[in-house]
Order: sequence, then C-alpha cells, then structure tokens
Amino acid sequence: MKKYMLNMKVTGNDRLHANYCLLRLTADQILPEMQPGQFVQVHVENSPTTFLRRPISINYVDREKNELWLLVQLVGDGTRKMATYKVGDIVNVLLPLGNGFTKPETAAQNLLLIGGGVGTAPLLYWGAVLKEMGCSPAFLLGARSKEDVLQRDLFEQLGDVYITTEDGSLGEKGYVTNHSILEQMHFDRIYTCGPKPMMVAVAKYAKNLSIPCEVSLENTMACGIGACLCCVEKMNDGHHVCVCTEGPVFNSEKLTWLN
Amino acid sequence: MAELNVNIGALKLKNPVTTASGTFGYGIEYDDFMDISRLGGIFVKGTTIQPREGNPYPRMAETPAGMLNAVGLQNKGADYFAAHIYPEIKDIDTNMIVNVSGSSVETYVACAEKIAELEKIPAIELNISCPNVKQGGMAFGVTTAGASEVVRAVRKVYPKTLIVKLSPNVTDITEIARAVEAAGADAVSLINTMLGMAIDVEKRRPVLSTVTGGLSGPCVKPVALRMVWQTYKAVQIPIIGLGGISNWKDAVEFMLAGATAIQIGTYNFIDPTVGIQVIEGIEAYCDKHGFASARELVGALEV
Repeated sequence: MKKYMLNMKVTGNDRLHANYCLLRLTADQILPEMQPGQFVQVHVENSPTTFLRRPISINYVDREKNELWLLVQLVGDGTRKMATYKVGDIVNVLLPLGNGFTKPETAAQNLLLIGGGVGTAPLLYWGAVLKEMGCSPAFLLGARSKEDVLQRDLFEQLGDVYITTEDGSLGEKGYVTNHSILEQMHFDRIYTCGPKPMMVAVAKYAKNLSIPCEVSLENTMACGIGACLCCVEKMNDGHHVCVCTEGPVFNSEKLTWLN
Repeated sequence: MAELNVNIGALKLKNPVTTASGTFGYGIEYDDFMDISRLGGIFVKGTTIQPREGNPYPRMAETPAGMLNAVGLQNKGADYFAAHIYPEIKDIDTNMIVNVSGSSVETYVACAEKIAELEKIPAIELNISCPNVKQGGMAFGVTTAGASEVVRAVRKVYPKTLIVKLSPNVTDITEIARAVEAAGADAVSLINTMLGMAIDVEKRRPVLSTVTGGLSGPCVKPVALRMVWQTYKAVQIPIIGLGGISNWKDAVEFMLAGATAIQIGTYNFIDPTVGIQVIEGIEAYCDKHGFASARELVGALEV
C-alpha cells in the first residue's frame, strides 16, 4: 500500500481519562485506504525530549467525516504533548504503515477480539470493518479498573462485549484469559493487542485449542518503514524481521513466544 | 541557478546530498515519499559477505535530539544482495553505493570483490567503524595499523571509488584519515556513530541488549563538524560529512568545514523528505550568496 506523509488538522482531542486522549485528525485530501491493525507515525513538535516520531495504532477511520482517530496513552513526554493538541493544530503524520489483521474465511466464523489497556485501540476499527463485512465479532476487553475500560459504548455498538478488570470494578475480576466466556464459547479466530504478557497468555490459550491467533506487537521503533531495523522481533525460523513492515500483526505461531 | 554537481574522486554526484547507510534502507523504502533519484547518492544498508541476524531486541533507545542503535549489521549477505536487491535498485538514476563491512581482512575483501562485480554500483563505502559488532568493524577503524591494513587489502581488489567511513571513537581522527589516504582510499566519510549507552532506572538494566550502542542524530552534529574540519586540514582526498544533519543549514556548515558532499542519516526517520529540502536549500544558499557552484562552498570557512 502506498504510504503518505500528510499534514493533518486536529478536529478533536478529548481526554477520555487521566491517562488517555482520543485525537481526531483530518486532511485536505480524502484519507487513503487504511486497514485495521495498521499504524501511523506522528511527528511531535515542540517537545524537546521527543526526537523520534510516535507510532500509534489506527483506532478508527470515520469515512463520512474524513477523520482518523488515534487513541493515545500518555506514557512519556511525546504522548503528553499530543494530549495538549488543540482543534486546528497541524500534525505531520506518516500513514498507513505495516500490515493489518487477516480477514476471516467466512462471515459465519466466531471471532474474538481481545484487547488489554490501550491495546484495545486497533480492535475498534477492526470490529467496525468486520461488522461491515457481515461478521459478528465479540470483544473481550481487559483493564486495571473500570475507568481504564476505553470506548466501551462504541464497542457495544459492534458486538458482544466481555470485560475483565484486575480490581473487579467492572466485569469479571482478573485477567482476560480468566474470563468465563473462554470456557463457555468456541471461537474460530482470535485477534489480540495489549501488553506482551497478556498477548502471550492469549496466544497460549489459542494454541491449546488450535485456534488461529493474530497478535499485534508494539516493539519500540524509529523509522516505521523498514529502513532502520530497530524494531525487530525474532521469528521461529531464527530470523529477525521488522515489526513495522512485516507486522505489527503476526500469526502467533510464527513468534518464539510459544516455544 | 548555482551548479550543484560535485565529484568524489572519479564518482560524479549530481548534487552533494546523499543518504547515510543504515538510515535509508535500499532507497526504495522511501519511494512513496519522494523522488529518490534526485539525491546525489544513496549509501545502502551495511552488507557483509555472510548473512547476519544482527543483535537481539531491544536495539534502539531514544535520546534528546538523537538515538542510540545497536542493530549489529543485520543483512542477508552479499550474494543475496547481488541476486535479489541489486536488480531492484540498479536502474535508480543516482549513485547507489554499497556500505561494506566485515569481521576480518578476508571477509572485507571477499565482500568488496563481490560488490565490485556489480556494474551499476560505482563505489563502496568501507565501514571500519561500526560500534555494534564484536569482532572487527570498529576494531579496524580505531588504530592506524588496522585501518591501513584493511584499506590496502580492499584497494587491491576494488578498482572503483573506495570511500572509507571513519569512527569518531578515537583519540585523533586525523591520524586514521591520513592512514587510509596513504593506503589508497579515494575519499573518507565521517562520522559513524559515537559509542554511548542508556539505562532503564526502573529495571536497573541497560536499555540496549548490547549495553552500549551508537549515538546519532542532531546531538552529535557539533562533534562531527569539528572532526570534518580537522580532517579537511589533514588530508587531500575528498570528505563526505555526516553526523546529525537535519536541514540545509547543517549541510552548508559541513561543506564550509571541508566536506565535498554530505550524508543525511537519522533525520530521514523524522522527515523522509529531508533530502529534497536540503538539496533545494543548498541551491538557494548558493544563489543568495553568489556562489556559482556548490563546489565553492567546500572548505570556504573563514577562520
């Protein structure tokens, strides 16, 4: 897919919670095709300690409004700077980068999208595209506590939503892999994005039941376009591949996590 | 309109702006963002005779105004390059220069011989300065004897333009530059990355899997500029300056300090079109200040 560098205009920036903001961006041109699971690289200006672009997954693409949504967790100086962007500010973005999730073979398949923390971000767009395709995706969202469950209302418009929180303040108490839905229902495909320990646990669960599972990695990266070879992940065949160009979505069987 | 073309030995560049090895892939990674044939040259990824998987992740740490990397020369080897990558890039209308690395004199020579067979690769950049590989690389670049030995050996088998990339991690870069000039180098490029490190205080562990790595980006520019200036006064062969160049002004500074051409490295990650802006900026600078050619900038610093 052709990549673009766009100067995008901020159309909204809502603080969803102390640690998260939803940044909405538009462009003069019609936004190019973007696949769920792909990401963008945001240039953060006027943040002296932020040198590299910030890789952020695509949270949603609103075609009617020609808007790109980025769900940003405030982790360091760069993302905190992004939280201060005002409507009308211009942000330079490279997009779309990497590869998206693999489509299911048939719309009838039972699909489970498992997200943890800000890792739920790409699952919203994926869920929306799946629903458009006639699928009925289910969502299993994990968070520390109630207020960390992001965009719950939007997920509920797309399918059944199951929730776990570590403190039990919403949904079932515990981690996503403890949720009772995993014992009650059979799924044909699992897609997951979140903290690595969570994704490893999900990938193991999927492997035990021989369910195809795709995971979305967030290795630290510099260029985002396969030039610097910094964001590599070691594959089962022993080779290092760039997460930015070969991923960020991988079939979990290809990774060394399950060995 | 000022003339922008410059020569590095027998190598003709349409303008002084090139991209640094390891920051621009094989050029084609940047195709979507700009017309890469407008560049004076592209120094492609470090290539070794045998494939290398590079160092384990994590390989990168961001710093204020720069980054550390410890990629460790990951590449698929010279045979793969010749068979699969060369056909993809050979018709790009600019100088495609291969950065050649090794772990012994023999492996440098073998790689240079292999690349010499490729008709449309007009030059190699001999990397005697990579800080991220254990045996060799920088080991050759930090002593005059080691640098001379490897350059002399490669010179015997490589008839085209031989550029030698120098390490800043030395007491006196001019000694090394003089040594490689005497050993037959057609040009030197400097600086490679500076050895540095980063620590994760929460984990009380190094950020990089290799503990130390190479620092690049705007933070190294003043050091690089100083080394280009010192080297300019020490050798007769052309200098390709690099280290933190992120705009046309930086590029002009390097040329005034004595660089005939420049490489843009880490800043390609921030702005993939920076090369084009630097070409246009140098041209505008020459026109504004009455230079008929960018060649007149080289070493024009008044001290």
